[in-house]
Amino acid sequence: MRTEEHSARRSRQIGRVFIYGSLIALAAFYLMPLWVMTVTSLKSLDEIYGGSFIGMPKAITLEAWNKAWQEACIGTACTGLRPYFINSILMVVPAVILSTGIGAINGYILTKWRFAGANAIFGLLLFGCFLPFQAVILPMAQVLGRLHLSGTIPGLVLVHTVYGISFTTLFFRNYFITIPDELTRAAQIDGAGFFRIFFSVMLPTALPIIVVSCIWQFTQIWNDFLFGVSFTAGQSSPITVALNNIVNVTMGRKQYNVDMAAAMIAAIPTLFVYVVAGRYFVRGLTAGAVKG
Amino acid sequence: MSTLEIDRARKVYGDLEVLKEVSISIGTGDFLVLLGPSGCGKSTLLNMIAGLENISGGEIRIAGKVVNDLSPKDRDIAMVFQSYALYPTMTVRQNIEFGMKIRGVAQAERDKAVKTAADLLQMTHLLDRKPSQLSGGQRQRVAMGRAIVRQPKLFLFDEPLSNLDAKLRVDMRTEIKRLHARLGTTIVYVTHDQIEAMTLATRVAVMKDGVVQHLDDPQSVYDRPANVYVAKFVGSPSMNIIPASLDVEDGRPVAVVDIPGATAGRLTGIPLSSQAAAKYAGRSILVGIRPELFSVAGVQSPQTVSVHIDVVEPTGPDTLALFQAGGVEVTARVPPRAVAARTSATLAVDTAKIVLFDAETEKRID
Repeated sequence: MRTEEHSARRSRQIGRVFIYGSLIALAAFYLMPLWVMTVTSLKSLDEIYGGSFIGMPKAITLEAWNKAWQEACIGTACTGLRPYFINSILMVVPAVILSTGIGAINGYILTKWRFAGANAIFGLLLFGCFLPFQAVILPMAQVLGRLHLSGTIPGLVLVHTVYGISFTTLFFRNYFITIPDELTRAAQIDGAGFFRIFFSVMLPTALPIIVVSCIWQFTQIWNDFLFGVSFTAGQSSPITVALNNIVNVTMGRKQYNVDMAAAMIAAIPTLFVYVVAGRYFVRGLTAGAVKG
Repeated sequence: MSTLEIDRARKVYGDLEVLKEVSISIGTGDFLVLLGPSGCGKSTLLNMIAGLENISGGEIRIAGKVVNDLSPKDRDIAMVFQSYALYPTMTVRQNIEFGMKIRGVAQAERDKAVKTAADLLQMTHLLDRKPSQLSGGQRQRVAMGRAIVRQPKLFLFDEPLSNLDAKLRVDMRTEIKRLHARLGTTIVYVTHDQIEAMTLATRVAVMKDGVVQHLDDPQSVYDRPANVYVAKFVGSPSMNIIPASLDVEDGRPVAVVDIPGATAGRLTGIPLSSQAAAKYAGRSILVGIRPELFSVAGVQSPQTVSVHIDVVEPTGPDTLALFQAGGVEVTARVPPRAVAARTSATLAVDTAKIVLFDAETEKRID
């Protein structure tokens, strides 16, 4: 008996070692690019060309970061990423707020104020989730032209808001459908109207899905390249386009450290959002109803 | 506090007629229970009174005023839902205050109303909790508190006790009854539980397939059900409906019930008008006998029936004895240990309380 117990414990330990071992190995594998980016961005160009790529920097320098942020040349203007970073912020904040807000109202209407054809409309909206970006570029360019928004940040905000509505509506509709209709009915009897119910009753319960929607939209819009490169030019480009220009357009020696620092700068906001709100993201995606 | 008149109200979804010309009228302070199985239209009717469903035809009047086209908030009603429907992100206090806030009631007045309701329902200590921190019974109390502070003309309850466990359900039932006695407000209460209907109501409307089968005070519904459906739905165990034939002897009705392996039972002294007796003489009828109308008789007489008891089911205060008569299984409620299974027994019947039904239409014969 004792030996059996012993061996059972032993095999469990071996299993544990195996599980943790493989998890750590996979994590290391996935973190490798981030590691390379980080250390490269902290090295001087000479050190990189001296052959060290993966190893720790001999002397840590923030020069590349500084250069990427405010000196690197993008096209003819040597402004660094800073103005484009601001462009991206100016694009992403209104676009996230608008698309999440509209998605929330859509989801609220589709679940609590059902009308004839509500399901059909929801089905059509879902098409938007599966529509490839490339398919809408041309008609979108025409629309932006007619609205005199071509090549502007408000134009991009519009594009991302419209494109995001499909996803945000899906999120909110699926969340609100788990909230009992009796809640809206009780609020109606209490005298609350359409917007009062939305703001006082529905939105407060929807916090987890608001977080999900914001994170999702933020990453999608911040990371978007295709719309950015198609609908903007020069000074109004978002950071992803500027990053591409820094990396692809080089004169003389390729500045790997600046490229890496620029890529990190472009990635930091999404990383930050995940770190700060990541647990809400998982919780929001898995949560059903808020039990009342 | 007010009257409620439902005047030939109809509800139609496309081709489906959910309510067929329902007419119910109750007075100030009445406690109306809409009783029926799921799908009978009782909740739809309640929602129509509340204004949460529109009215396809007919009229609903609260305190004499037609409310067909008024929105829920303008009908001066309050409603308690089956799932309580408390706002999950608000505290108990905020839940109770919400309606008053919307109506623009001043803070001082709101505080007073909340305090009164909380005292009445003994939940002062719960005011700062969230609904998720409350038990089922406490949530129910909060939902009632939210309704009370409105001081409505009409309280509407939609199966408020269905989500509670058996013990709590009985307690809350008493509480609702007490509340009604104290506030005296007119109440409409939907349930599928006939005991709730019996215990709470001053008026019961038994519904089936969108039609009110019987509207009366609970005791009358119990004693003289309008038809076989009502007879079986109200009361537990339900009323025995026994096929029989009607004889008339010296102008008095006698219901003849076949009893296997014994002489047919002849039930006399049944209340029946002479016209009905004449009309149904010699025809098959249905005899409705509540289980408690049976009693164990010491000696055989023309008034008693001899039966063979199949099964006995002791319930504690009394015992249910099951036997065959008229081709159906009949339940008698007798004192504990009065009869034994697989023996013969002589039972007397309180025939003055027997109800007769037409064998075809299943409607009561008076």
